[in-house]
Amino acid sequence: MAGTDGAEPGTAVERHEQAPLPSGVAVISDDRVENPGFPPYRPRVSDTDPVKERQNERRIFWLFLASMAGSVFAVVAYIVFPIHEGDMESVRLNNMLLGLGFTLGLLGIGFGAVHWSKSLMDGHDLVELRHETRGKPETVARAAEVFTLGNKESGFTRRKLIRNGLLGALVLAPLSAVVIFRDFAPAEDPVKLLKHTLWDKGVRLARDPNGVPIKASDVTIGSVFHVIPENLHESSHPLEEKAKAAVLLMRLKPEELQVSEGREDWNYNGIVAYSKICTHVGCPVALYERQTHHLLCPCHQSQFDITREAAVIFGPAKRPLPQLPITVDEEGYLVARSDFQEPVGPSFWERSL
Amino acid sequence: MATTAHTSRSRRAGRRSPLASGALLLIGLLATGGAYTAFTAGSSAGAASETQVTKLTEEGEKLFAANCASCHGLEAQGTEDGPTLIGVGAAAVDFQVGTGRMPMAANGPQAEQKPVQFTEEQIAALAAWVATLGPGPAIPDDRYLAGDGDLAAGAELFRINCAMCHNVAGAGGALTEGKFAPGLMGVSSKHIYEAMITGPQNMPVFNDANITPEDKSAIITYLKYLENNPSPGGYELGSLGPVSEGLFVWIFALGGIVAITVWLTAKSN
Repeated sequence: MAGTDGAEPGTAVERHEQAPLPSGVAVISDDRVENPGFPPYRPRVSDTDPVKERQNERRIFWLFLASMAGSVFAVVAYIVFPIHEGDMESVRLNNMLLGLGFTLGLLGIGFGAVHWSKSLMDGHDLVELRHETRGKPETVARAAEVFTLGNKESGFTRRKLIRNGLLGALVLAPLSAVVIFRDFAPAEDPVKLLKHTLWDKGVRLARDPNGVPIKASDVTIGSVFHVIPENLHESSHPLEEKAKAAVLLMRLKPEELQVSEGREDWNYNGIVAYSKICTHVGCPVALYERQTHHLLCPCHQSQFDITREAAVIFGPAKRPLPQLPITVDEEGYLVARSDFQEPVGPSFWERSL
Repeated sequence: MATTAHTSRSRRAGRRSPLASGALLLIGLLATGGAYTAFTAGSSAGAASETQVTKLTEEGEKLFAANCASCHGLEAQGTEDGPTLIGVGAAAVDFQVGTGRMPMAANGPQAEQKPVQFTEEQIAALAAWVATLGPGPAIPDDRYLAGDGDLAAGAELFRINCAMCHNVAGAGGALTEGKFAPGLMGVSSKHIYEAMITGPQNMPVFNDANITPEDKSAIITYLKYLENNPSPGGYELGSLGPVSEGLFVWIFALGGIVAITVWLTAKSN
């Protein structure tokens, strides 16, 4: 390393003397800024003052000692403050003390090592050169020789039939992977799945989570029910179905509802059911204000006005929440008249509405 | 008394003392009176408590006229400034007045909690009077407020019915146009129950057909568990989720990393 004429064999590190011309640069402009090089070497206090040097040595040792203390502390804390089952206070204390011990143990080593290298190890600036990207001429020539010999021995360019056979086999080989990877796609048409939910004519509205059906008389004015289809738990994928079929049930005074044409029989005495899945990106919209009749989506603050069929009055959502047409059966339970009349949730490519 | 009359007047009036009939009448009266008193002891106690209730509602009516009627109307029928209180029940009064939300200091997006303005007796009187106006939810039974319900079921019900507004850790959250769902830590079991059953302000009603009293008790159990058990992960930073936690990480963690990087690359002196 002490030599001034380039790198010593076996090391990539060389003392910086003059910025070498960067290899791989095709155009060298005349007005390029000259590399100013490193600032002149300035000796550190620990280089000149032996007292300071010893002081730094002690400091580094103290950092390593702190690391040792932290590691021992972590072990001791783990034994002295164990986790008692069911006692959150003990979990919290144990976690905190272990974390402090680990932190001290690792930071002590890190800070000590860095401080050592900065204050006591050689302080001269160095530059580490990359290897030349181009090989030596003899390596290049040898490679070309190998290729030529290979071609001559195998007859790759001469025996066209075999060569083309190999190329054909290589092209066809990945095709079998296509068959395998195709199975990662949904087995069923996702568009159909997105357009339909568990709701259907006569499916009872039930409470989330216990699945007890709801009577119309249970829903007093100002009430909110979080609703699932009664047959949800019989479904083979209850969570996936719930993600589409979740409904919020509210009761307003019938005169407060502005019902559009064709939806006159979708509510029952002011009881309305709307999809809980936001039409923006699908968060559950359930923050119902019973005086303003506004529904707020907590993710991006879209607001829907329940009195106007969940029209968007604020925020990024584009479409109103889909309404579930409901009525009562002969026993007084609330039932769906049909599935939603449009796909619930956010937009997707194949959505026509 | 009869004996005395007999000894003094026996010779002149023969066998029967002239006062004997009076004495008999007196004994009869005393006997029937005593029997009547004995028989009606129970009902007279009831009558006394009835008077007490009347007294309570009368006091409540007076307090109402003095403190609430300017907005809610003299008959609690409601005015332009305040809703009718007919049929809101004792629970609504106990919640609104007992948490200091009523009487309101000023009209705003919503009535906010402030120091309670009335004594417990006065709140009870107001509640008793409002309860006489029409049927409504009563002040909940103590057995649902002990916090000894089904913790896991309560947590699930809370996540489904309450967490979207009140935050999953009960820390509260923002609503629209200046309204907010208040934090639930430190709120008494009674007031939590009353809020569920009456739906104060913009909160929806969760009647007993929706969430049974046992389920309400379970929800209270969950909230009390949260209140009494610290977060195992250390400081909650208000349990507000990504906002406060992100702010903490951006300022302190990234700040620390920047400081260490500067120190790493600085030359030793």
